[in-house]
Amino acid sequence: MKVTFPHMGNIHLLIKTLFDELDVDYVIPPKCSKRTLELGSKYTPEMACIPLKINMGNFLEGIERGADTIVITGGAGPCRFGYYAEMHRQILADLGKDVEIITIELNENGIGELIAKLRKLFPKKPLATIAKGFFDGFKAIKQSDALEQYSFYVRPRELQKGATDQIMKQFESEAMCAKGRDIFKAIKLAKDKLSEVKRDPDCRPLKVGIVGEIYTLIEPLTNMNIEPILGNMGIEVDRSLTISEWIKEHIIKGGLKLKKENDFVKAACPYIKTMIGGHAQETVGHTVLYAQKGFDGVVEIYPLTCMPEIVANSILPEVAKDFDIPVLTLVMDEITGEAGYRTRIDAFADMLYRRRENKRNELVLSGN
Amino acid sequence: MKIGIPRGLLYYLYFPLWDTFFKELGADVVISAKSNKAILTNGAKICASDACIPLKLFHGHVLDLANKVDAIFVPRLKSVAHGEYICPKFCGLPDMVRYSAPSLPRIIDTEVNIRKKSGKLKQSFEEVGKLLTSDKKKIVHAAEKALFQNAIFRGQMLNGYLASDLLQNRMMKKQVFQGITVAVLGHVYNVYDNFINMNLFKKMYDCGINAVTPEMISDTVTDRYAAEMPKKIFWTFSRKLIGAAKYWADSDEIDGVIYIMSFGCGIDSFTADLCERIFKKKGIPFYIIVIDEHSGEGGFETRFEAFADMLKRRKRNESDFSAYGEHSPIDQNAL
Repeated sequence: MKVTFPHMGNIHLLIKTLFDELDVDYVIPPKCSKRTLELGSKYTPEMACIPLKINMGNFLEGIERGADTIVITGGAGPCRFGYYAEMHRQILADLGKDVEIITIELNENGIGELIAKLRKLFPKKPLATIAKGFFDGFKAIKQSDALEQYSFYVRPRELQKGATDQIMKQFESEAMCAKGRDIFKAIKLAKDKLSEVKRDPDCRPLKVGIVGEIYTLIEPLTNMNIEPILGNMGIEVDRSLTISEWIKEHIIKGGLKLKKENDFVKAACPYIKTMIGGHAQETVGHTVLYAQKGFDGVVEIYPLTCMPEIVANSILPEVAKDFDIPVLTLVMDEITGEAGYRTRIDAFADMLYRRRENKRNELVLSGN
Repeated sequence: MKIGIPRGLLYYLYFPLWDTFFKELGADVVISAKSNKAILTNGAKICASDACIPLKLFHGHVLDLANKVDAIFVPRLKSVAHGEYICPKFCGLPDMVRYSAPSLPRIIDTEVNIRKKSGKLKQSFEEVGKLLTSDKKKIVHAAEKALFQNAIFRGQMLNGYLASDLLQNRMMKKQVFQGITVAVLGHVYNVYDNFINMNLFKKMYDCGINAVTPEMISDTVTDRYAAEMPKKIFWTFSRKLIGAAKYWADSDEIDGVIYIMSFGCGIDSFTADLCERIFKKKGIPFYIIVIDEHSGEGGFETRFEAFADMLKRRKRNESDFSAYGEHSPIDQNAL
């Protein structure tokens, strides 16, 4: 059994650590690229959302490298993600690929089925070891999320342009090579290097929050590296969703049926009253929170035809008006061109700079 | 109190229920005008640009009612069957409408969610009923009557009548042509809205083609067929469509399938693909029309006629037309 899995930002760090500790034979599909997307779009329904297409590309590239088993998480709606595994199964079967798909999910058949699946994936391992593996994997992703967030802070303040990008690039390749627990060393090393980057002490960067659908937000191929783009323009970025938070909320708290208490639900309440699936509530709620925290702008990213985000998108103009915060919406699909995308971000950043200047001038003129 | 019901989305499935309930409680029910170009244009102006056409049309219907009624009924439908969901846009629909359309009358946005407990339906009835009367017994009575009317409506559809005809009180005599039968698949608001489907049923009638829709198959049958899927489909309408598709693929009742899909529909993107795979395996011709606000009737007509011709020639077995572009076995034998 040779296992492969879909990419989503740094999620391979979690899965790699887990599989290394439990001696699972696996193959990491190559980093998402144009080829991945092309391969995926060729066999998936035209109107499907872009994560499904990229996942498909990942699987096909994983199969090219000898994988015969696919691991993916599932769900029970209403977002389309819950039915991804079944779509992949049908498409791969019709393509004549002989692969097994294991969906890690809690469905109506209860926890017994989930344990049986884990047993199949990790034969002859005691549950405690599996749990330990998950714990270490979770720790790895949590630390790498923190590292990324730290790089968002350092990048706009760096004196030597490109220093942060270089460190993060190096970390990426080192993390790929690290075996098992070595990953923690790699993260620590990168963090130390980042803290040594010479920073401009007088820098007061603009702050932009990023909201939207989780996959497009986290996967660099779909957001075209938005954090480095904004960071290198001297803008500090905050990303509202991370993989570790998602795991904490949906898998740990959701699985154990713990009560979830989130600021964003309260913040979104006047606009959107219930959970409608996907990340619509997060999008609206975090936009409100960013505005309250004094951010200069918000960027919303989601895949074309994403159902929950369309709802959020039709509410956001009202939020933007109520809180006086500019929102840029970027809808991604497989034909989004990079030049047009960059132009829009550039224009948005320019507008934010002017807005700040105008505000300062107003203060000066009014004499307050 | 004048209550407006927009003639869009799930109007085509639940109107008799809503109408009876409100009328029993003494309210006046006003329906928006029939879908037309102006309604669509007005709706598309205020609606999010990447929403699907039925949603844009719905916004137009809401605008059409805005100055005519005291309240507009836009329920927040989260789940209409146990353990299932519907499209998430329905759940955010009242919010979408409220923040897109300027100066609307009151919006009745009662939540309907029977995913976990079917008893919650009673609560939803009570919540709406309270706006009109304080007499709880009256509400229960009205709800029962409404559900009864709903059952009658579903029964009429099972008997082969189209919802679009029934809702206009046109009990057209069922005309059964000898020859070709085509199944029309899609969400109810695409299939039965004669503006969105560009008079498809009339075109079929003119060509002498019988139309059948998923609502003409009983839920018990479609449930059984849908259960063949390895993973339960958690969208109620999609499950119905897949069940119907599997039933037809197994039977000899139909000669072809037309799937009406709105551009950007999340659920149809999966459902239509799954349906196509089901019919392709059986060699049944399958034709998807993708509709958005730019669709032109001329192009659609040409494509429909070509499809109808193909079906007719296939039926006559003229050369055993291949539905999917492969060479048919007969061709190979001839060589």
